[in-house]
Amino acid sequence: MSFLPDGHLSSVAIAMLGGAVRVSTPFLFVSLGECLTEKSGRINLGLEGTLIFGAMSGYAVAFMTGSAWAGVGAAALAGAAFGLVHGLLCSLPRVNDIAIGIALMLFGMGLAFYFGKGFIQPVAPTLPSINLGWWSDSPQLRSALRINALFLLGIVLALGMAWMVRATRIGLIIRTVGDSSDAARALGFRLVLVRVASTSAGGALSGIAGAYLSLYYPGSWNEGISSGQGLMAVALVIFARWNPVGCVWAALLFGAAGALGPALQSVGITQGYYLFFAAPYLLTLGVLIATSSPNRSMSGAPGELSITR
Amino acid sequence: MRALSLDEGAIEVEAVGMTMRFGSFTALDSVSIRVRAGSFHALLGENGAGKSTLVKCIMGYYQPSEGGILVAGREARISDPRAAHALGLGMVYQHFTLVPALSVAENLIIAARDTQGIINWRKARARLSEFMASMPFSIPLDQQVATLAAGEKQKLEILKQLWLGRKLLILDEPTSVLTPQEADQILGHVRDLCRAGRISVLMITHKFREVMAFADEVSVLRRGRYVGGGVVAELSQAQMSAMMIGAVTLAQPSPRIGQREGVVLEIGGLCATDRSGLKDISIDGLKVHAREIVGIAGISGNGQKELMEVLTGERPRRAGHVLVKGVRWDASRAKARRLNVRFLPEEPLRNACAPRMSVAENIGFRVFDGLGTGTQFWLRPAELRQHAAQLVRQFGVKTASLDAPISALSGGNVQRAVLARELTGKVDLLVISNPCFGLDFSAVSDIRARILAARNSGAAVLLMSEDLDEILELSDRVLVMSEGRITYDRPVAQAHIHEIGAFMGGAQ
Repeated sequence: MSFLPDGHLSSVAIAMLGGAVRVSTPFLFVSLGECLTEKSGRINLGLEGTLIFGAMSGYAVAFMTGSAWAGVGAAALAGAAFGLVHGLLCSLPRVNDIAIGIALMLFGMGLAFYFGKGFIQPVAPTLPSINLGWWSDSPQLRSALRINALFLLGIVLALGMAWMVRATRIGLIIRTVGDSSDAARALGFRLVLVRVASTSAGGALSGIAGAYLSLYYPGSWNEGISSGQGLMAVALVIFARWNPVGCVWAALLFGAAGALGPALQSVGITQGYYLFFAAPYLLTLGVLIATSSPNRSMSGAPGELSITR
Repeated sequence: MRALSLDEGAIEVEAVGMTMRFGSFTALDSVSIRVRAGSFHALLGENGAGKSTLVKCIMGYYQPSEGGILVAGREARISDPRAAHALGLGMVYQHFTLVPALSVAENLIIAARDTQGIINWRKARARLSEFMASMPFSIPLDQQVATLAAGEKQKLEILKQLWLGRKLLILDEPTSVLTPQEADQILGHVRDLCRAGRISVLMITHKFREVMAFADEVSVLRRGRYVGGGVVAELSQAQMSAMMIGAVTLAQPSPRIGQREGVVLEIGGLCATDRSGLKDISIDGLKVHAREIVGIAGISGNGQKELMEVLTGERPRRAGHVLVKGVRWDASRAKARRLNVRFLPEEPLRNACAPRMSVAENIGFRVFDGLGTGTQFWLRPAELRQHAAQLVRQFGVKTASLDAPISALSGGNVQRAVLARELTGKVDLLVISNPCFGLDFSAVSDIRARILAARNSGAAVLLMSEDLDEILELSDRVLVMSEGRITYDRPVAQAHIHEIGAFMGGAQ
């Protein structure tokens, strides 16, 4: 790193740590949502649209009620509604979940831009954060350790989801439905219900991811608020091998990659730093290439998933 | 109510005057059978004889048009499979209904109706271990089902039914994916459970050997009618066969003509990755001569599919050579034409047809760009139609029209159409995989006769099949493939079925 001025390496490391936590939160929620949906055997490519609509509706409700948490709740509800539509449409015969996903992505974005026009100027309250860096003298470390409550909630959710798929009846039912329709039917499970519910819950989680974007970081509503987190979640889930705890690590990795550009900028690098803004996209590409093979299906993938069959 | 109590082991089940109509088609015509408590009852019949319809009526998937069911002597209303389960009736399907991604323990727990919302794994495991200990055979609880061998999966399916407290088991061709040894072992256990009075069994099958060796009683169906049955010990195989097939004359395979000639296909040092990506297949010194059928026996999943894919060019090979008549084989269309190489993959509708294209188009795939020598740019539809019409007649393909999509044909007719395409013109090498899977008797004998005729007219035939009887009937030389390698190689006259079975099961 010869182009870095002396002594800035640790600054970049600290900025990346803080950035990783900040940037990873939406990745974490949207990938947990995608993970849950895919565990039930469907893939929802519409989460990008859900996320953007969640960001808009969360911001709007927070502005109108004055409560950021009400905004998060509204975003979750909007996301659940999008998931419900996806789930129900895909339950019709001969409907392809990937095509519906792309249609809903465009629909969600368009709807969000339409209703969101009036909320670009106003300032909504932001989500509170917890100061875990009170012990440190370094202002950089302090700001890096200001952690949003949603990040902690996401980690609890990931652990809870890992426990759910292992030790609860509903968890085993979701895995059964996602892995073998024949087996699930023979056991008398209601495939459509399980898949619609999982897709809807997954949509709620990506709605929350959107609310985080507009209500905390970057913390405003505009049309370029998402940088493709909803789409990258698909790669993230593959990278995490459909393991909710793996989603935490994958989200942190993608968060750190996303924080690389701003971190370099913050220490005064003026040349070429914008190339590092592309890091998450390069990482996505790398992950997809590294995990693909023409000769075998991915290990750990739910058997009913249309992309792995 | 004591007679119906679920704790008393095997129950008697009787179907009385069962009739099932689908529109104007009568799938079952007043069939009555009785499975005595604790007996092992076989249900014999060809494909389409109504066996599946009968058991689906018993299990509540269909509501019979007429007739009823007596369970333990009382009339039972079975409106859906859950009602059947509540009466203690259970079914083991031909395809596995286990969840591959879950462990053995998870599969058993999720199947139980009384599973709690939150699973107490310590208590559940204690109960499962206790259950396994009380069974004549067991499966490790922590193993993931995807990693179990087919025989183990079948055992687990049966264990699952017992775990669920079923008193009558319906087994749908339970041994179709097993080695003869595995089949004998499992059916032996099932018979022991019957003898011990824990369950009654109704087994759908078309294998006389298993009926003779294990069943107490047999019922034979043909075209939806009950045509005979009784105590197995009092019947001969010839009698059962006559009941099952009726007065149909089957195409007789032509006798073998001539001795084998020069080498046509030669595979040496071949190495390729299998579909799991974890193991290799490696084939060395495999030679197929002209006027010879080499049969490769083996349980599915031991590399036969991969070998077929390497030969058709779908799977890259890492090392080794494949020579056809001394020329390097690269699976190109040009070489296939020049060297007269033809393929008949398994599941032809999926692997050798474009399902929505017409019968005529599918038959024309080899010749559409030139019926004679060389290729032409413009197609000649009239010529192709004529060609297809001639082959449809010659091979007896039953189709409503040449323009019907090939997916509308029955399995046997799809196979005939593909055979017509592949066997027309000079054939020097024919590679075949499971040609008769799921076809009825007349189609099977027809297709086998065609394969033998191709051999007699000088083709080298490499036949991969999971059906050992088929291998033994058709082959001049028998090979066994196990774990991706050829482990056994004998002329058919010196091959012994039990020896082959042992090698299929992994003996070296």
